[in-house]
Amino acid sequence: MLTATKAFCGCPNRFGDAPNSNVCPVCLGLPGTLPVLNRNLVEYIMRMGLATGCRITPRSILARKNYFYPDLPKGYQISQYEEPICVDGNLEIELEGGAKTTVRIKRIHMEEDAGKLIHDQGPQTLVDLNRCGTPLIEIVTEPDLRSPREAYHALILIRQMVTYLGICDGNMEEGSLRCDANVSIRLRGETALGTKTEVKNMNSFRNVERALEFEIQRQTDLVSSGGRVVQETLLWDADAGCAYPMRSKEEAHDYRYFPDPDLVPVLVDQAWERSVRDALPELPVPRRDRYERAFGLPRYDADVLTAERPVADYFEQTLTALQTLRPGDGAALAKPVSNWVMTDVLRVVAEEKVDVASFPIAPVRLAAMIGLILDGTISGKIAKDVFEAMLTSPAEPKAIVQERGLVQVSDGGAIAAIVEEVLTAHAAQVQQYLGGNERVFGFFVGETMKRMQGKGNPTMVNAVLKVRLAARKG
Amino acid sequence: MSVTPKDVDHVARLAHLSFTDGEKQRLTSELNTILSYMEQLNGLDTEHVEPLAHVIELANVFRPDVRTPGLAADDALQNAPGRSDDFFTVPKVIADR
Repeated sequence: MLTATKAFCGCPNRFGDAPNSNVCPVCLGLPGTLPVLNRNLVEYIMRMGLATGCRITPRSILARKNYFYPDLPKGYQISQYEEPICVDGNLEIELEGGAKTTVRIKRIHMEEDAGKLIHDQGPQTLVDLNRCGTPLIEIVTEPDLRSPREAYHALILIRQMVTYLGICDGNMEEGSLRCDANVSIRLRGETALGTKTEVKNMNSFRNVERALEFEIQRQTDLVSSGGRVVQETLLWDADAGCAYPMRSKEEAHDYRYFPDPDLVPVLVDQAWERSVRDALPELPVPRRDRYERAFGLPRYDADVLTAERPVADYFEQTLTALQTLRPGDGAALAKPVSNWVMTDVLRVVAEEKVDVASFPIAPVRLAAMIGLILDGTISGKIAKDVFEAMLTSPAEPKAIVQERGLVQVSDGGAIAAIVEEVLTAHAAQVQQYLGGNERVFGFFVGETMKRMQGKGNPTMVNAVLKVRLAARKG
Repeated sequence: MSVTPKDVDHVARLAHLSFTDGEKQRLTSELNTILSYMEQLNGLDTEHVEPLAHVIELANVFRPDVRTPGLAADDALQNAPGRSDDFFTVPKVIADR
């Protein structure tokens, strides 16, 4: 979760700090300390619950899950068992080709994370407790996912939702989004699911898919050859491309959950629920649909633009700014803005690994530049150069265009003079054209543009060339 | 319901405790006494009684999401059974593959 502090104490909730630098007596589990629940964690989990159609439990409690392991100094993890805060929701996932399927959410509960163990450096296990006590929400789905691909799409949607909701950065590599997958198989036509195994340790979306493919195949081979699936936990090894049984010295699963006497119940009344619901942002799927509906964008554009919230925000801010400059054009401006964001902004974002939110060209400046194209001041081609210049200069696009003499030449007389020069200089090609080879037309356009340093208004250059060539036909 | 020495073994293992045979015998009978005492509660009609998770009638005790000072790594590690740089160390807890 993107809270500033841990779930039950005021230590920073931050990844990547020096070992054991974000710890205090509470998260170290020292005797005599008392946990106090972070209010933002409750708000954040309610956001996810409400966004997925869950019922918010009016009274929920925190429980202790008891086990011994060195990443858990208290000897128990504070979690929720009975009465989790969110229950009975659903996710609608969309597969390639547009088929939709609904995945029921059984519950979403809050809990604290454990510390981090490092096993491969030296003869002992190293323990870093910075992560100990950092807040998590666990989303438990019903067994509704039928293929690794569906699981992949469900995860992508969950990441999209949590990032839109601003509750998690969704980074699987850093472990802010994790997936423990239960896998079971059954014969076609059978209703009961077979014995399940749990696969862990997949640190990318692609690896989730691969691990599930592997495990389904493993179980299928096992059952086909007369074997039986045993309930166990497997760890995915991405390099080896296989999952192997976890052989940890952790005790058998007998967690003896009971209500944590250190923490009081969480009561959510209608007013609180309503305030969280009212503050929910527009979610990715409705936003994508709105882009198609209100802006008339192709589905592809709508998908790309709404995949990540900062990109969608950037797109809409640019569009709004451009609509202010050109009030009459309305939704017709969406496509040009979409083109610039998808091809140019996202290209630079990918190449330079910058954040869209802090992109060097702010939405207002990009809008001003697109405005210059639309009012004929610069050509689309010149605009690419202006865009490049704007990446390193804070100047307004208009100033850049003037300073560099990039204003498009739309003066018919000036264009005609150059066109005449070109046609005179290339008499042979003119003869070819007049003889029926229309492909040389492009050559004339290129030559004219070259002489005009690319500043000729392309529409006018085309038109003037046509007229002057036609005149030569005699 | 009664507790057997096997149950005592199980609970002891979960709690990382070990007992002599004599202690196990004693604990078995003590736990049985406690259970039979609790058994009396089953005689009561609790049909319309809300389950109680807490004896104090408080709810919604929260902390604002604000950072507070913690411990320096040296202080945190002061009583550690083992230390390597700024890590706690423990015997290896995962079997080598």
